[in-house]
Amino acid sequence: MLIKSIQRELLLSMRRPADLLNPLVFFVLVVSLFPLGISPSDEVLKEIAPGVIWVAALLSTLLSMEVMFRNDFEDGSLEQMSISPQPFLVLVGGKIVGQWLVSGLPLVLMSPVLAVMLALSEEGIKAMFISLLLGTPILSLLGSIGAGLTIGLKKGGALIAILILPLYIPVLILGTHMIIAAEQGVSYSGDVLWLAAILALSISLAPFATTESVRIALSDG
Amino acid sequence: MWNWLHKLGSPKSFFAISERLLPWFGTLALLFLSVGIVWGLLFAPPDYQQGDTARIMFVHVPASILAQSSYMMMASAGVVFLVWRIKLAEIALQCAAPIGASLTFLALVTGSIWGKPMWGTWWVWDARLTSTLVLFFLFMGIIALRSAMENRASAGRATSLLAVVGLVNLPIIKFSVDWWNTLHQSSSFSLTQKPAMPIEMWFPLLLMVIGFYFFFFSVWMMRIRTEVLIRERRADWVKRLVLTMKNKRDMKHAV
Repeated sequence: MLIKSIQRELLLSMRRPADLLNPLVFFVLVVSLFPLGISPSDEVLKEIAPGVIWVAALLSTLLSMEVMFRNDFEDGSLEQMSISPQPFLVLVGGKIVGQWLVSGLPLVLMSPVLAVMLALSEEGIKAMFISLLLGTPILSLLGSIGAGLTIGLKKGGALIAILILPLYIPVLILGTHMIIAAEQGVSYSGDVLWLAAILALSISLAPFATTESVRIALSDG
Repeated sequence: MWNWLHKLGSPKSFFAISERLLPWFGTLALLFLSVGIVWGLLFAPPDYQQGDTARIMFVHVPASILAQSSYMMMASAGVVFLVWRIKLAEIALQCAAPIGASLTFLALVTGSIWGKPMWGTWWVWDARLTSTLVLFFLFMGIIALRSAMENRASAGRATSLLAVVGLVNLPIIKFSVDWWNTLHQSSSFSLTQKPAMPIEMWFPLLLMVIGFYFFFFSVWMMRIRTEVLIRERRADWVKRLVLTMKNKRDMKHAV
């Protein structure tokens, strides 16, 4: 059932390539604004690269969060899912996984290219890749709670940012610190474990909160 | 005990109970705050290093304490609502958010004003300052969500859920911010290691903290009472209440 739900999500997003591409293009664009705005020198870029990449990743995740439930809500299939005999938790879980596969994963795969452009070292790129791989699912999981709460609302875009960005702070701190540590040649396995712990915690708790938040939004309509 | 709690949970009896409690809370808040502030500002000895500047502490410290504990109380109301579906808990949560946000803001502003003469800067990215700022954002999220949802009932459920999610995240955020700061820069000053406080300073501070608590509870109660009246405006007991109040007023006018 989970796999079916993921497949459905993937199929739907393949049919709307714009939704799939926009956050990715946004990510690349935001990152490339910083060298233009601050300085193209390698020294400066190295310094700001971890923060820039992570902040851009947070923002582009938010962007894709906004549309996560919208289409299913508008055509009524979300409501059908909630009253179907299948466990709603699994269906929502499938949506979250699908959302990560189409928005988080491309971002992770794209990031080494950007890291090279921002003059990160090989060690730094490796750390960044791992941190994004562990971190973006957390972003998707936490973000889906906010996405659920703001489903039917007109001013959802700014609202979801206010609701969710404070919760992203630990991931941002751990992720950027990991890259900085790698750049300085220090071991960063502690950060990996922390990120993994937060990921495990969000996997076990966030889907319940998301399911509840979607139910609230549905009853609101 | 349980019976009493159940009674408290119903809007009508809360209204009756709070009517009796509110004057007490209000008077005690006024008493503690006025004694505390006069004692703290005029009679407590100046700090041996910071001089009279440290007197802002008598507002700053209680505000910071209340900022955190009001989030805890608000989120506990959220838990109570999500578990037992007591309507009053959800009203309490929504009413606590603006008060908590204001107190957090007060803590940030007074801290900033205190920081300027002491540290020479309005703001530093110290761990405690940063986590207070994050707390402020969490409050703002709840207020924003509440005002965005038109249906009061679902706004209540949504804000309770968000408050509980925030409660789970708060320790992680606090921990990560502490950890981030100790790694990035060694803090050159610490808010926690104050010079041991003489009793003449500690006592007015205690009065202020208690006063702030009473103040918080009275304002909270007032807001809940208003909200209860708005929500139950179609209920019989509210109609009767309004009628008796109107009669009383008419009698006064007649005299």
